[in-house]
Amino acid sequence: MSTTKEAMTEVQPAPSVANYLKSHMRDYGMLIALVVIMAMFQFLTEGTLMRPVNLTNLFLQNSYIIIMAIGMLLVIVAGHIDLSVGSVAGFIGALAAVMSVNYDLPTIVVVPVCLVVGLIIGGLQGYWIAYWRIPAFIVTLAGMLVFRGLTLALLAGQSVGPFPKSFQLLSTGFIPDVFGVGRPNVTAMVLGVLAALAIAFLAARSRSRALKYGIQDEPFSFFIVKNALIASAIIYLTYLLGTYRGLPNVLMIMAVLVAFYTFVTNSTTIGRRIYALGGNEKAAKLSGINTEKLTFLTFANMGMLAAAAGLIFAARLNTATPKAGFGFELDVIAAVFIGGASMTGGVGKVIGAVVGAFIMGVMNNGMSILGIGIDWQQVIKGLVLLLAVIFDVYNKQKAR
Amino acid sequence: MAITHPLMGLLMENIILEMRGITKTFPGVKALDSVNLKVRAGEIHALVGENGAGKSTLMKVLSGVYPHGSYEGDILFNDQKMAFSGISDSEENGIIIIHQELALVPLLSIAENLFLGNENVENGVINWPKTFSRTQELLAKVGLKESASTLLGQLGVGKQQLVEIAKALAKDVKLLILDEPTSALQENDSAKLLDLLLEFKEQGISSILITHKLNEISRVADSITVIRDGASVSTLDCHAQSISEEDIIRDMVGRDIANRYPSRETKLGETLMQVREWNVWHPETVERQIIHDIEFNVHAGEVVGIAGLMGSGRTELAMSLFGQSYGKNIRGKVTLRGEDADVSTVPKAIANGLAYVTEDRKELGLILEESILTNTTLANLERVSSHGVIDENMERQVSEDYRRALNVRTPSVFQKVMNLSGGNQQKVVLSKWLYSKPDVLILDEPTRGIDVGAKFEIYSIINQLADDGKGVVMISSEMPELLGMCDRIYVMNEGRLVGELDKADASQEKIMSMIVKA
Repeated sequence: MSTTKEAMTEVQPAPSVANYLKSHMRDYGMLIALVVIMAMFQFLTEGTLMRPVNLTNLFLQNSYIIIMAIGMLLVIVAGHIDLSVGSVAGFIGALAAVMSVNYDLPTIVVVPVCLVVGLIIGGLQGYWIAYWRIPAFIVTLAGMLVFRGLTLALLAGQSVGPFPKSFQLLSTGFIPDVFGVGRPNVTAMVLGVLAALAIAFLAARSRSRALKYGIQDEPFSFFIVKNALIASAIIYLTYLLGTYRGLPNVLMIMAVLVAFYTFVTNSTTIGRRIYALGGNEKAAKLSGINTEKLTFLTFANMGMLAAAAGLIFAARLNTATPKAGFGFELDVIAAVFIGGASMTGGVGKVIGAVVGAFIMGVMNNGMSILGIGIDWQQVIKGLVLLLAVIFDVYNKQKAR
Repeated sequence: MAITHPLMGLLMENIILEMRGITKTFPGVKALDSVNLKVRAGEIHALVGENGAGKSTLMKVLSGVYPHGSYEGDILFNDQKMAFSGISDSEENGIIIIHQELALVPLLSIAENLFLGNENVENGVINWPKTFSRTQELLAKVGLKESASTLLGQLGVGKQQLVEIAKALAKDVKLLILDEPTSALQENDSAKLLDLLLEFKEQGISSILITHKLNEISRVADSITVIRDGASVSTLDCHAQSISEEDIIRDMVGRDIANRYPSRETKLGETLMQVREWNVWHPETVERQIIHDIEFNVHAGEVVGIAGLMGSGRTELAMSLFGQSYGKNIRGKVTLRGEDADVSTVPKAIANGLAYVTEDRKELGLILEESILTNTTLANLERVSSHGVIDENMERQVSEDYRRALNVRTPSVFQKVMNLSGGNQQKVVLSKWLYSKPDVLILDEPTRGIDVGAKFEIYSIINQLADDGKGVVMISSEMPELLGMCDRIYVMNEGRLVGELDKADASQEKIMSMIVKA
């Protein structure tokens, strides 16, 4: 098969920004919604939302949801669901507490052991789902009950704490200022600028590649404005965080995980195959893809991320309680669907799940500041989930 | 070519349906461009055209799926202007469409299916005795002897199709539209269905028959409208002129296809694949043997056909060979290039140079939500990646190469495959398996549901493969296709090989007699 270069660069009509945005509403819709929601609460709370201390809290409060949402995204893309993540997170928090407090084990041992236990729990559930074809809904519903009970048993029904200082750092620590200024935290700002530059560089590189193949339909002005906005948003946020105590450790863990899993889903064979598995399992299997193993791995990964979330949550509360993790799975699943994943599998993006989690988080935070009761908060969150999915379905139909 | 018959004006009084200047545009595409269609009362009117020509769109306009106002032009039914706002509107007027994908519920009984949405109710309560007796009446009309309480899922596709037609009869049909009704049927079931249409004609029911099978048209059609690229090209009156299949094909594709099967000079090489004593049992009812002691071989540069009726075990044989994707307790031996080969899992089969293009491309062949690019590299991702990381540039290059080599008509490889026509989808499936670099390709119904032009292209690709020294096993229900393409044909019946024919002495009659006499 010969390749001729001429045919590669097909002439594209000059795309207009409005048309482009219209046809990519699904991609940007939720991001725009997040910005609008933030602006609204910023206005309603008279600026409290974006105050450095609140912003820091916002990240800390939502970190565990976001971390689990990444794992849940893979599970949902693969065409399954995991209802056990809240219970598993709670169980791992309890396990960490028992190991650290009751047995005085050092953090350096506790953390890896807990992550491995999470991996094994996820793997066990994945085994039944992948190799025995028992519906994920059932297996993880069972897991939810089992680990809720085991948490109670492990803690003997009581709260265990406080954790040693080193363990608390997981959640309460900040990246120290290497420039020694302290406040404002120069390191935070430098890291922010570097991250913005890195993202802009990657975007420019992929755009130039796409142009080379003549498959770019994003208008240049749109590209510039989009990346300028993203970069300034990152720099502004890190600046705000810098004027308080700097970048929380948790934010760094999150950033690394988001970057890693974005890479896995976009650029690796394993990521590609998970999308194929969720899109059409039979076709994937007949294409030589080991669908059982992939399903198994997705759940094992979910277990590990649930464990990470459980550790962070326990460290944040500085105690493990029997009720920890209660109902987390619902927030996590909601975040993934708000972020545009499809119930039937095969569709969804890591960054979408993160945006979805932030939408939920900002609303929780904003409504709490406004003093709206937990009752109405639930109602509003429920409606937002419904609206987001309706919006997604509507856009999908329009695109047909 | 006479576009209209000179006597057409005199026959006008009997027009039951006239669609005049129908134009339908979707954002960016003109799907129909002032299409005209006239159907006389009590005739069978064939509507033909390549996939994507606009037949289905036209029928959706007619049945109200695209409501009045969303298109330009007029629909006259019994000389009255119609403005359907939905399917229920058109059905009320006696226009009933039977889609290619049957709209039946397998877990409900025949009776329940027949009156679904049209129940015999008294004060909101279903009158079951009436439902059952009417069901028996309707079933008799379509020649089904099943009991009304039989679950639909227990019937074969052919009988389900008849139930669908009975359902139309329950609604007092005046104009019956059938969208490729025989595409999933075997020859005798198809024949039964066509006879039924002829019977309806006697009773004054008109039908519009959308089909790709030209032999069906010559058998039952009174007139033919050919649609090409969203415009009506010609209307032929089968009784006023003699029409050859070649005439129709020329109108459909807008060019002459001198030979429906491209010629190829066979250069036989070594024996690529040899299957010995292949036995397969049913995956659920384990005591039922599906494949009995099958032996066959394929040489390099050879196209080998497997003929047989539906249900003869052809697909089961292919899938059991390809990584044991079908069946239990599989026994037998496969040698590839003279060496024993382990093909017990799909990855092993692929690694040993086997590829299997499935019969059902949407269910088993493609990830519809994904792009051409993703689908092309799916079976051989390792080749475009290193250490598990995909090389985007290389992947794009590869899929672009295959897109052009196989002439997939689309602006870019980032197009989702669900937006492609059947022929183009099939080319994407072929791309995927060509890129897995196989020695032997098993093609299961490679031209099902695709139009004449695309079929020719698929045939040319198959010939190219044979010329490149690959072995091709072609399973097909269309005997002319096997006769036109294959160097050798194996005949299968009820899970056994019942004969083998060389190209020189193969004929439809011989194949059929082997099947019947087995």
